[in-house]
Amino acid sequence: MEEARTMQVDLGNLMAFDSGHHFPSLPSSREELIEKCLEKGTELVQAVADALFNLPSTEDVDGPIVKLPPPTTKLPREKHLPKPKPPTKWELFAKAKGIKNRKKDKVVYDEQTGTWKRRYGYDRVNDDRDVPILEAKATDEVGSDPFAERRAEKKKRVEKQNKNRMQNLKQVVKAHALPSHIQLAATALPITGTQAAPKKVSKDELGNVAGLAATATASGGKFDKKLPGEKKPKHEQKHRKFLPVAEGKGQGSKEKEQTDRVLNKLLAKNSHEILNVDKAVSMYKVKKEKKRSKQKRDDSSNSSKLKPQKKVQKKPFKKGSAKKGSEKKGKSK
Amino acid sequence: MMKFKTPKKGRIRRELEKRAPRIVETGRKTLILQGMKTSGLLNSVLTEIYHLKKESSVRYTRKNDNVRPFESGGETSLEFFSQKTDCSTFVFGSHSKKRPDNLIIGRMYDHHIYDLVEVGVENFKSMESFVYDKKLAPKMGSKPFIAFIGEGFESVEELKHLKEVLLELFRGEVVENLNLAGVDRAYVCTALSSNRVVFTHCALRLKKSGTIVPRMELVEVGPSMDLVLRRHRLPNDGLRKEAMKTAADKPKKKEKNVGRDVIQGKIGKVYIPDQQLGDMNLPNKAKGVKRERREAKMNKQANGHAPKKQKGGSN
Repeated sequence: MEEARTMQVDLGNLMAFDSGHHFPSLPSSREELIEKCLEKGTELVQAVADALFNLPSTEDVDGPIVKLPPPTTKLPREKHLPKPKPPTKWELFAKAKGIKNRKKDKVVYDEQTGTWKRRYGYDRVNDDRDVPILEAKATDEVGSDPFAERRAEKKKRVEKQNKNRMQNLKQVVKAHALPSHIQLAATALPITGTQAAPKKVSKDELGNVAGLAATATASGGKFDKKLPGEKKPKHEQKHRKFLPVAEGKGQGSKEKEQTDRVLNKLLAKNSHEILNVDKAVSMYKVKKEKKRSKQKRDDSSNSSKLKPQKKVQKKPFKKGSAKKGSEKKGKSK
Repeated sequence: MMKFKTPKKGRIRRELEKRAPRIVETGRKTLILQGMKTSGLLNSVLTEIYHLKKESSVRYTRKNDNVRPFESGGETSLEFFSQKTDCSTFVFGSHSKKRPDNLIIGRMYDHHIYDLVEVGVENFKSMESFVYDKKLAPKMGSKPFIAFIGEGFESVEELKHLKEVLLELFRGEVVENLNLAGVDRAYVCTALSSNRVVFTHCALRLKKSGTIVPRMELVEVGPSMDLVLRRHRLPNDGLRKEAMKTAADKPKKKEKNVGRDVIQGKIGKVYIPDQQLGDMNLPNKAKGVKRERREAKMNKQANGHAPKKQKGGSN
C-alpha cells in the first residue's frame, strides 16, 4: 500500500518513478547491488506494463497497437512555438474591403486552340509564345511591336509581384515568423579591413549636413540665403536658462529653493563635524569623572573649597606621582 | 544588402521544413561529441550511448578544442553544431586530471544552451561484457521503459534535474500509437546517495502470466555505469517559462455550430449551400468517360433529338 502511494507512472513516456524506496543497507558487492536494483526495476516496469497492456488495443498484422496517453511529465520545448505570420498587404486590403478568395478551376478553356489548358505553368492558356496573331487596336501606334509590348508588360508585372513579396517578407522577418525554408542572406559580405557598405543617406540627414556646411562663413551663416531644402544647423549645446533673481511666487521662489538645496546638501555632507556624538559622549564622561575625582580629593584632604589652596595642593601631588613613576622604574630595573 | 534565399530543390526545402518549429514536438536529436582529451573508457561510453539512440543521434568523432559548455564563450561552437545538425540535446565527453571521465549532458532551446548536468562515469561495464541470449537483444529505435528508483530523485535538486535530463535523453520518440509486440527494453536508474546514480540498460523478457499482462523479466544487456554528479546549471526562470510553453496553454478557439444538450448530448448545425443545379455538369459530359464512348452517346442523342454542337478537338 505504502509503495503504491509513492509510485508515479507516466504512461506517455513509459516511465515509472518510486520516490519512497531506499535500500535498507547498501550491499557491499557490485553484483548484489545491481541485482537489487533490477529487482526493484522489474517491479516498476511491471507497474507500467499493467497499465499499458490494459489499454484498449486494436489488432494489427504486426501486433496489438495501443493508443498512448500524452506524457504527463512536463519537459521543456526544443524550439519556440511557431509564430503566426503577419498578414500580407493584399490580405489586409482584402479584409478591409471584404474580398474573399474564390476557388478557380485549374484548367481553363482556351478559345484559340479550342482545348482545355492549364491556368498557370507549362502549356498554359494564353501563353505569349503560343499567340501567333494579335488583333490590332485603334490605340496602337505605328512602328511599335505589340508582341514586345506584351512581353515587357508581363515582365513588369512579375517585377512588381516580386517587389511586393519582398516587402511582405520584410514584415515577416520583423515578426520573427520567417518560414524555415526562406533564409535572409547577405548578397555581398563586406571584406574585412574595408569599410562597410555605404549606407543610403536619408533626406533628413542630408538637410542637416547642408545646414551645418552653410555655417562655415564669417558670419556663421547668419546673412546667407538659405537654399531650398536646407535646414538650420542643429543646436548641439545646451540651452542655458537663468532663474529670476527677484523673489516672488512660483518661478521667483525657485532661486531660493535652489540655493537652499545646495546649502542643505553641503550641511548634510559636513554634519558629522558639527556634532560628533561619540566625541561628545566621551567628553561628557571625562568631565564627569574629573568632577568625581575632584570631589573625592576634597573629601580626603578635608580642605575647604578655596581655589588658591587647591592650586597649591595640585603641584606637590603631581610631583609625587612623577616620583612614584621613577621609583617604579628603578624597581623594575 | 540582404536578400531572401529559397532552396532551389524540393528535397532541400522539405528537409528545411522538417527543422521548423512545431506545435507538438515528438523528440529531440542528440549530438554526441568529445573534447580535446578523452579516455578509452569515455570513448566507449560515448559510442554506446550512440548505439542506444542510433536512430536519433549524431556522433562527432573529432576533437573539439573550443567546447566548454560551463564556461562563457565555450558554448558558441556547440550552438553552431546544434544548428547544423538540428540536435537539441548533447552529450559531451572530456577527460582531465581534475574531472576524470567527465560527461556533460545538456539540452538546448532554440539552439542555445538551456541547462547542463555534469557527471563522472565510474564502474562502467560495456555491452560486450554481458552474456545473454541474443534473441532478447533490443531492436533499434524501440520505445523503452524507464524506471527511476530512490527518494533522491525527488528530494535532491541535482538528482531531480538529472532525472529529467536522463528521461529526455533516453525516452525515445514521443508516440501516440505503440505496438505492444515491440516493447523490448528498459532503463533502470537508481539513486544510491545524494550524488550517485546507477544506470543500467536491460532487455525485457515477456513471460506468460495467465492474464493479458505478461510477466516482465529484466535481463541486463548493458551498458551499465555509475554516474557521479559534479556540476549542474539550471535555466533561468524567464527561459524556463518560455520553454515550458505549450500550444495547450493558448486559449482555445470557440467551436462554431456545435452546441450541447443535456438529453441529446452534442448537437451540431449543418448548413447546406444552395444547390445550383443549372451550373452542374451533365453526366454525359463527364471527363472521366472515354472519349469514344462519350462521342457515340452524343451521336446517338443527336440522331434522336436536335443536333448538338460538338466540342472542338475532333478535327
